Amino acid sequence: MKHRHLILDLAWLAMLAATAVTWALGRGGWVARAQLAGMAVVFALAWLKGLVVILEFMELRHAPALWRRALIGALTLVVLLILLAYGLSLR
Amino acid sequence: MIALELATFCVLFGAFAFTRLRHLELFRTSQQSLDVSAGALNTALLLSASWAVARAVHATRDNTRGAALGWLGAGWLLGAGFVVFKLREYADKAAQGIGMGDGNLFFDFYYILTGFHLLHVLAGLLALGLTAIGLARQRGRLQAHTLETAGAFWHLVDLLWLVLFPLVYVMR
Repeated sequence: MKHRHLILDLAWLAMLAATAVTWALGRGGWVARAQLAGMAVVFALAWLKGLVVILEFMELRHAPALWRRALIGALTLVVLLILLAYGLSLR
Repeated sequence: MIALELATFCVLFGAFAFTRLRHLELFRTSQQSLDVSAGALNTALLLSASWAVARAVHATRDNTRGAALGWLGAGWLLGAGFVVFKLREYADKAAQGIGMGDGNLFFDFYYILTGFHLLHVLAGLLALGLTAIGLARQRGRLQAHTLETAGAFWHLVDLLWLVLFPLVYVMR
């Protein structure tokens, strides 16, 4: 029981830390300077947070694989599309 | 329903990203006027609300009514905090004369994306509130099914914001 709670608590703290990193990178101007690398880091963090929400908060880790794959697939697809569009904007 | 909501937002996010390509300077200039700190604060509020709702589901399964209602109340308040900060952001933008349909494509997208998302937050708060009332009235061993369903919707709202935040507030 405690173990289940601990996973949720650690997931929450890790996602807050990832948000703080995104905030610091965005506010400090590093994202703008690093361009594609900056956006790749920011969206990698967003993807990881999304993965944690899907697996731990939505509890899809233990759900049928179809649901898990559909959600993770949609998240991955939209992040890749955004990065593709951003990459094209740098040409 | 979750799949439909997800697909709708994926299309909107893609439309934003590819429209930005054709209006790069406008989007860059306009995005700089958004407050990254406000976006990050709202991310922290939604993540914390989701965590509290997930803990409420555990407490319900453990049949601890007080803890379940406590966690659910905390999640509701954190979600309501998101709404307050979002409305303040809209008020600030209105005070600057920035509205929807004012000829700025970026802010049209901003209001559509964040406004549509805010509607989902409000629907989630309603669902969580009704679920809390239901939990308080339940007799016998607590049933988690309704809370699990409302919680799944709430986590989806959180998930959507996790993409919306870097796309609209952080992208430069």
